Amino acid sequence: MHRRSLLAVGAAAALSLAASTGARAQAPIDIQFWHAMTGPLGQIVGQAAEAFNQAQNRYRVVATFKGGYVDTMTQAIAAFRAGQAPHIVQMFEVGTATMMAAGRAIKPVHELFAEAGIPLNTEQYLAGVRGYYSSSDGKLISMPFNSSTAVLWYNKDVFRAAGLDPEKPPATWPEVFAAARQIRERNAAPCGFTVGWPTWTQFEQFSALHNIPFSTRANGFDGLDTELRINAAPFVRHLNNLVEASRNGSFKWGGRDNAAEPLYISGECAMIQTSSAFRARVQREAKFQWGATMLPFYPDVIAEPINSVIGGASLWVMTSPNRRAEEYRGVVEFFNFLSRPDRDAWWHQQTGYVPITRGGYEQSQRDGFYQREPGTDMPIHQLTRGTMTENSRGFRLGRFVEIRNIIQEEMEKALQGQQSAQAALDAAVQRGNRVLRDFERASR
Amino acid sequence: MRRRVIFRGKLLPYLLLAPQIAITAVFFFWPAGMAIMQSMLREDPFGLRSTFVGLENFAELFADPLYLGAFSNTLVFSGSVAFFSIAVGLFLAVLADKQIRGANLYKTLLIWPYAIAPALSAALWLFLFHPAIGLFARIIRGYGVDWNYYINGGQAMLLVTIAAAWKQVSYNFIFFLAGLQAIPKSVLEAAAIDGASETRRFWSIVFPLLSPTTFFLLVVNLVYAFFDTFGAIHALTQGGPAKATETLIYKVYVDGVVNLNLGSSAAQSVVLMVLVIMLTAVQFRYIERKVHY
Repeated sequence: MHRRSLLAVGAAAALSLAASTGARAQAPIDIQFWHAMTGPLGQIVGQAAEAFNQAQNRYRVVATFKGGYVDTMTQAIAAFRAGQAPHIVQMFEVGTATMMAAGRAIKPVHELFAEAGIPLNTEQYLAGVRGYYSSSDGKLISMPFNSSTAVLWYNKDVFRAAGLDPEKPPATWPEVFAAARQIRERNAAPCGFTVGWPTWTQFEQFSALHNIPFSTRANGFDGLDTELRINAAPFVRHLNNLVEASRNGSFKWGGRDNAAEPLYISGECAMIQTSSAFRARVQREAKFQWGATMLPFYPDVIAEPINSVIGGASLWVMTSPNRRAEEYRGVVEFFNFLSRPDRDAWWHQQTGYVPITRGGYEQSQRDGFYQREPGTDMPIHQLTRGTMTENSRGFRLGRFVEIRNIIQEEMEKALQGQQSAQAALDAAVQRGNRVLRDFERASR
Repeated sequence: MRRRVIFRGKLLPYLLLAPQIAITAVFFFWPAGMAIMQSMLREDPFGLRSTFVGLENFAELFADPLYLGAFSNTLVFSGSVAFFSIAVGLFLAVLADKQIRGANLYKTLLIWPYAIAPALSAALWLFLFHPAIGLFARIIRGYGVDWNYYINGGQAMLLVTIAAAWKQVSYNFIFFLAGLQAIPKSVLEAAAIDGASETRRFWSIVFPLLSPTTFFLLVVNLVYAFFDTFGAIHALTQGGPAKATETLIYKVYVDGVVNLNLGSSAAQSVVLMVLVIMLTAVQFRYIERKVHY
């Protein structure tokens, strides 16, 4: 009796062991994916992961929301230090240089594909998107994900009230200033224009489409010893113009990052320069007829502006002790899935971000998406016009978040009248260079 | 005739103290030690390369005009938060201490704000004073003031001060109310019979008798303004415009979490640690000795 029950227990144990090893052969491998997308966008990221999980059964991508970009970055770094880094982390574009300097903490995408023995077709990604996340010799370091660019949004109702042609938005900076002045003079709106993401739209995009350097060494792509160049004449003149315009109310400073966006939505400011991904919110909340156009430029600096740069985030592959080749393989499969024309087109149409691949763009054209939603391809045209130069490829500056804030602070001081535009930008360059040298020293 | 318990042997007392020491070690000594260590390193965010730099982080800190700016911001901010919250708390306590109908209702309502989470209350202030959508912002602009704390540093400082002080008013109110109730009625009555006016009675009798409470609240409010106002500043101004509202504690966050400059951030935490130790020492040393009735 006793012996028989023992045998039974032994048999049961053996069975369960067999069952568990069998299950292990079939259980999908978990791929941890930390992202920073809030609200509806976060749900769309979840759907993208779910679609991948449905399409195959070897891997299971677990998408987890980790807070905003800064929080996600901080948590990924803390997780790495604790040996618990996720496989994939979404990182905003200003964190690019910090991640690139992270050495063995990250696995560059081109290496990831090479190790998995799967060819990586870099060419399929749109040049403006790919350039930002590639090394200076063109090797893809992180996987493009959500990209947008800056455009100019305007209020057609206010344009009409001010006697401006609502179908002919201003194309150049002199036209923007003139339109804003006219809006104020006719009192069509309390403020002519404002800007979101001030450093990004007024300095980064500005330098790219005017083809003037933001910093030396090809905007940092060629080395850590880069130095800021934003106290050059075109920037100073532009900041001066903004300060002048703020005196007569045609320009209003709306705060840092995207704090200015409510000013446009509420109808207070007739124009705003901000992300093209602002579209979803405008569609939902704006109670006026709106339009969007390309960013303005100074015709005496450049006759034909070239491409603007992207903003947004990319996906970084992180390393961790004991991470197996099979897991990296799963990351490759997931990246390839996201880059499929149908998946990319779906992502682009659902979120309002630009497509990351040419295939996704062409698919959206075939779907008739740009006829249904006129103007959604305008940011893509702005991103791809002209020939990309080392001034318009992107930025590779260490601790760029801090530098962006420094520039915002110095802009604020100039607008407060504490200092001239020249002094503000000289101070920004000086403070920014100190950060760059610090980063250079810490990364050596 | 105090009874003293004397333990035999050395093991038992240490054993009894062990849980407290363990908690202090894990939650204070260990993190504090880490901060001190980190403050002498220069490290990339991922901790892959670190160099020992001695006191260089501190030297850089005190040579940095922006850090000294944060210092003076903190002094202005903490001073005004403590002053406003104590003054308003005392004023309300004196009013609520009178014989009025529904006094208990007022008292309860005045204590409510203390129960609101700092980030939440900051969000409420944001909705009231936001330059574009704020209710009060519109009223202020109706009076011809160009209200835009996104660019006006003075307005930004005023706003975070009010938001931070508002929350502390309830706390001060409770303590002052208790303090007022402890003042013997006979003294006040005697003064009234002698013909002292209400104002006179307040400044000559009530206020001096409240001084231990006031001093205690001063220290508590200063510590609050130094260390617990992160939520308000973060939600309202993020330290801007142009660093006008960047206090020491906010700078620790910006440099450590946003800018990932761990060495400098750790050095700043060590400075803050020294400050809080000093404040606590002052409180322990003087609170019951120097403040007399």
